[in-house]
Amino acid sequence: MKRKISGSRRRFLWTVRGGMYFATALTGFLTLFLVAYVLIQGIPNLSWEFISTKPSYLSGHIGILPDILNTVYIVIVTLIIVIPLGVGAAVYLTEYASNKKIVAAIEYAAEALSGIPSIIYGLVGMLVFAGSIGTCLMAGGLTLVIMNLPTILRNTQESLKTVPQSYREGAFGLGAGKWRVVRTVVLPGCVDGVITGCILSVGRILGESAALLFTAGFAHSMVNLFRGGLFRGGLLQAGSTLTVALYVYAKEQGEFGVAFGIAAILLVLSFAINLGATAVTRHFRKSIDN
Amino acid sequence: MKHNLTETLVHGVFLLLGLVTVGCVLLITVYLAVSGIPAIREIGLFDFLFGPTWASTAAEPKFGILPFILTSLYGTAGAIVLGVPVGFLTAVYLAKMAPKSIKAVVGQSVSMLAGIPSVVYGLVGMMVLVPGIRKLFHVPDGASLLSAIVVLAIMILPSIIKMSVTALEAVPKEYEDASLALGATPEETWFRVSVPAAKSGIAAAVVLGVGRAIGEAMAVMMVAGNVANMPGLFQSVKFLTTAVASEMSYSSGLQRQALFSIALVLFLFIMLINAALNFFLKGEKRP
Repeated sequence: MKRKISGSRRRFLWTVRGGMYFATALTGFLTLFLVAYVLIQGIPNLSWEFISTKPSYLSGHIGILPDILNTVYIVIVTLIIVIPLGVGAAVYLTEYASNKKIVAAIEYAAEALSGIPSIIYGLVGMLVFAGSIGTCLMAGGLTLVIMNLPTILRNTQESLKTVPQSYREGAFGLGAGKWRVVRTVVLPGCVDGVITGCILSVGRILGESAALLFTAGFAHSMVNLFRGGLFRGGLLQAGSTLTVALYVYAKEQGEFGVAFGIAAILLVLSFAINLGATAVTRHFRKSIDN
Repeated sequence: MKHNLTETLVHGVFLLLGLVTVGCVLLITVYLAVSGIPAIREIGLFDFLFGPTWASTAAEPKFGILPFILTSLYGTAGAIVLGVPVGFLTAVYLAKMAPKSIKAVVGQSVSMLAGIPSVVYGLVGMMVLVPGIRKLFHVPDGASLLSAIVVLAIMILPSIIKMSVTALEAVPKEYEDASLALGATPEETWFRVSVPAAKSGIAAAVVLGVGRAIGEAMAVMMVAGNVANMPGLFQSVKFLTTAVASEMSYSSGLQRQALFSIALVLFLFIMLINAALNFFLKGEKRP
């Protein structure tokens, strides 16, 4: 059935429809263009040699193996430190906290942390961490710990809320103490949140550059993790991650081919992380429903 | 008795872990204040904030950050003007009108857009946008405020779209049914009923976009030209963020302290934006 509507209403209808179609098409086109452009420019530069060797100034050869390894090291260091902190804070908030003021303070702090831009993290990291242990992977990792704390906290907290209250009551009813309940009932229930949080954090660390530039440095140097012990030698060396390397190659050295190669790798990784996060969420939601 | 001791100990440990977050915020605030205030005191608050020239390495250095403040404000405003209408209309389409398949595809590509590292935006901007603007407007250098605005507008799209979609989907179905039953077309219902009902969520999305745009450093640094000019659309400019990032590596003395002062100003801007965001999100919770 076709309804008759007045001219001005029809004009409104077609204006907003046109606007919506145009805006959505533009959004889709921009994404497609960005992805296609980076892949087309980047993929021809990729080769096994490119990702498996280190740069050599003598032969003018450029390889990004050190940058890949530095990225992996920073991701691991950050996650190892941030997971206990974030999960602990989330457990405190949902299981232990009784003082409303402390809860409000922690939640406000987490919100504030997630709004602070990365360049400020970079500056403070430079003052606090790089100032005391030097510009190095460890300083970069510690800076990123603060940055990713809210992500882990928020995701763990969300999944703790889905652990049914009756489980806790059941465990208490069987005579378990608070700590035992947390350890055996609550913590296993929040694994999905921790995993989602980790995936999102890895994505954020991969994409981070401003916070790392002044904390982890921008040398394309090969870090030998085990030279002089992990914490006294290995992680105390400076090194650039993939994103920082991209910036340096593009802005300071004018090696755009290399920059696009790295950009293509980053794009594929961030796409994989997106899919991973979606898959994990879906998997755990299913297992809760069943 | 031993049992109670363990419990108290564990409680204490978790409390400590919780307070780490608060400690981090305090650490950042205190460090920025302590390292940012001395330079402001030396230069003078008024001269620092409203001084029109920044010449940190000149023989007679001048530290006025008005160009940076204005550039950040104009840049953010420009990004909002370009980005919000597109993001808002896309969000309404995705939340209300789109068939399932389109919604899934565009939704996925918006997540994709959100995950792209800012240096990649900067790189593409540098290679496509900057030469494009140079040719299109016949200006000597395309690295300008306009390039930065376009890059920022694209970068804030995902946050605006995602948050607006969530707000629009939370509008009670009864509102829309009532409007449709009164004879309004679906489009009239979405824009005159659903959008006003979701307005605090959409406002929060815009504020989030403002926060993103004003805090972005690397992408802007790659396309804006980095000269401390007063802002003009085709001028090469420095933002608050890029002023800090571009000089930090070789600065010393008062110049270095002044950079921390800039960071402090940026931090205060962000705190204001956070407060605004909280305000709108609270409005969302109790309609």
